[in-house]
Amino acid sequence: MTDIRLQIDGKDVTATRGMSVLEAAEGAGISIPTLCHHDSLEPFGGCRLCIVEAEERGWTRLVVSCVFPVADGLIIRTRSEKVDRMRKTILELLLAHAPDSPRLQELAGEYGANKDRFEQEASFCVHCGLCVRYCAEVKGMHAIGFIDRGINKEISFLPKIAAQECEGCKECFPLCPTSYLQAAYVLLEGLAPMAVRR
Amino acid sequence: MAHFSTPTELEDYRRGLVERNEAQRPCVSICAGAGCLASGASDVIAAFESELASSGLEADVDTRGTGCPGFCERGPVVLLYPEGTCYLEVKPDDVPEIVARGIKNNEVVERLLFEDPITGERAKHESEIPFYSHQERTLLSSNSLIDSRRIDDYLAIGGYSALVKALFEMSPEEVLEEVKRANLRGRGGAGFPAGRKWEGSRNAPETPKYVLVNADEGDPGAFMDRALLEGNPHSILEGLMIGGYTIGAREGYVYVRQEYPLAVENVTLAIRQAEECGLLGEDILGSGFDFSVQVHRGAGAFVCGESTALMTALEGRVGEPRPKYIRSNVKGLWQKPSVLNNVETWANVPLIINRGADWFTRIGTESSKGTKIFSLVGKIKNTGLVEVPMGMPLADIIYKIGGGVPEGKKFKAVQTGGPSGGCIPEELLNLEVGFDELSAAGSMMGSGGMIVMDEDNCMVDVARYFIDFLTEESCGKCVPCREGLRQMHKILTNICAGRGKDGDIETLEDLSEVACEASLCALGKSAPNPFLSTLRYFREEYQAHITEKRCAALSCKGLISYWIDPEKCKACLICLRKCPAEAIEGGKREIHVIDQEKCDTCGVCLEVCPARFDAVKKISGEPVPEPLPEAERAIAAGAGR
Repeated sequence: MTDIRLQIDGKDVTATRGMSVLEAAEGAGISIPTLCHHDSLEPFGGCRLCIVEAEERGWTRLVVSCVFPVADGLIIRTRSEKVDRMRKTILELLLAHAPDSPRLQELAGEYGANKDRFEQEASFCVHCGLCVRYCAEVKGMHAIGFIDRGINKEISFLPKIAAQECEGCKECFPLCPTSYLQAAYVLLEGLAPMAVRR
Repeated sequence: MAHFSTPTELEDYRRGLVERNEAQRPCVSICAGAGCLASGASDVIAAFESELASSGLEADVDTRGTGCPGFCERGPVVLLYPEGTCYLEVKPDDVPEIVARGIKNNEVVERLLFEDPITGERAKHESEIPFYSHQERTLLSSNSLIDSRRIDDYLAIGGYSALVKALFEMSPEEVLEEVKRANLRGRGGAGFPAGRKWEGSRNAPETPKYVLVNADEGDPGAFMDRALLEGNPHSILEGLMIGGYTIGAREGYVYVRQEYPLAVENVTLAIRQAEECGLLGEDILGSGFDFSVQVHRGAGAFVCGESTALMTALEGRVGEPRPKYIRSNVKGLWQKPSVLNNVETWANVPLIINRGADWFTRIGTESSKGTKIFSLVGKIKNTGLVEVPMGMPLADIIYKIGGGVPEGKKFKAVQTGGPSGGCIPEELLNLEVGFDELSAAGSMMGSGGMIVMDEDNCMVDVARYFIDFLTEESCGKCVPCREGLRQMHKILTNICAGRGKDGDIETLEDLSEVACEASLCALGKSAPNPFLSTLRYFREEYQAHITEKRCAALSCKGLISYWIDPEKCKACLICLRKCPAEAIEGGKREIHVIDQEKCDTCGVCLEVCPARFDAVKKISGEPVPEPLPEAERAIAAGAGR
């Protein structure tokens, strides 16, 4: 592994090739907000909250730090007026669905996000995919997945697998940033005996 | 079917085809592209076959269903070869006359020729019809010369000679150099130089490598790639094989949308024929080059036209884009170097190899070379596929080729680049079409959709329509696209419904910035364009909608009212009876009045009011005049009103 030297928020950071900027920042004790990131899962790049400014050869652009690879000479700014503006709007968009999520509220406070900016449409799920990916990547169970697409996309348990596997696991519950998953699972539990009989 | 083991065998066979003078044989060539089929081309083909048989001409005259020549507006299009006589809007009933006079007696059926709307002159050949004469059809011209289901037809017009040239006379480096020198830019959207993309894959150390055809054409109103794939599938395969040879790939995929059944069928057949001839498979023509192609049918998601989503779908997973900070030409399909080009890009490759980069770069502008096919649709007289040299002014495409806006309406804007393209206003009609020119104007080339709009189109509603389409087609993986578009669509819908409020434009601008800057893939990054470009050129329409509740185009239902001019109403009862909302009061000899509370602005009253009365008015942004007091509504019998 070759060492890579980059700069994050003015601090010189050493990282290894193949690392993401987010990993490098975390290693250096620099915090970047995330919703869909989990250390034991493949990077997803869905919530876009970990967006940062990256400067390479004098050229600055916005990149998503959980998937952007480190490179020699890279200069990263984890906060800027523009980055904060992006994060604020992203949080406001999510707060329309999960206004009571403690994690979102905490971030809203930091970025000045107004939870009432967009008309509320409570669906609780913010599509971070942590439950779906954890079940697939860590547990290898695929008991939960996404169905449909776009604005109609939602998470759904597969009764056949869930009825067998979930009761004894529930490891995805604490991952959920809005606690929606638990409600969904409880509902499923009620339905499971029916699903099994069929 | 013949099988070729060496280039000489192929060339001998080709010479045989040419010597038999197949091209000079009398032939009835009928467009069997999607547009003409929809206008009844298959009945016309059947009518020709039976009429030629009953006239005893079937041995002497071929009948050929071909790909699209482009003039969809006037289809079904029939061409009689070798003269090249062009008949338009041919119906089965016209066929006996064409066979009796046109073929047997060598006369011309004048009434089916193109007639110039101004001079009244008839045009016998395609080249004399303005729709065609202003085009430069280097790609589409082959469509009407061949039956796309017969490889012999393609071979007879020189098919696969570029492949032979590449395999036997050029090294992969030389082919790459030629494509780079031609400055062939991708025809699918972003206009990335194909040569640079190929070079990146060629230099990438990992193997195997792949070449891919993007035939997931999903833009509303666009059918360029469809016409090529249906009409000349071998040309795309030939381009793909040359690409494979250049970058060192032995496998190719055609990702084609399921909704194009004829394209799927024709390209699948073409692959089988090429395999049987030895033009696909191992050691092609003895060159040592192995290559195979498979067809993958897309399952109907627009986002799968995006490169990483397409590759994810090809791998058998849900077609969602993935982060791409390492380009697909280095890490693409199955994480291997993969060159994905659009159908039209691949179709250009054999031409560049055969005729050379110098020929190609003579066509076009400084930064955009060659020709581009556009599907010209919307409020335009000559709907169809047009192929023009890059750099042609938009005005020439719309007026000289397209014939302008029908029904004497005023041109308002042309939307280019597909749903995430933009609207270009009248003052920019002299803009020369090219990748960079269109981007600078806030639109884009995209894959070549061109939708013409007139004074009746509301630009806010147009933005709402395209944002609606993109909201439906967003995969939902990332927040700026899924949630940003959801909110943009809500706000635009509100504005069109008369519920717009101060600050809406600014909120839309904020959401646009986040989608453009923070989305995962090109769909989200370009999705705000319909809003941004209409705001740039038609801001006053947004303001009128929001502050005056006025839709200047009289198009947004929530912002218009209908009323009946009491001076003109003849109390004929027609609108009263037709109104589905039963919102019209009145009676015989009693002036009709629309109850605004009940009216749902469907517009039936306006449609049915006899033109000689012209009593129903559509208004927006102004109060509906007070109705006459009931006592004054009576029309005296014989009062001459």
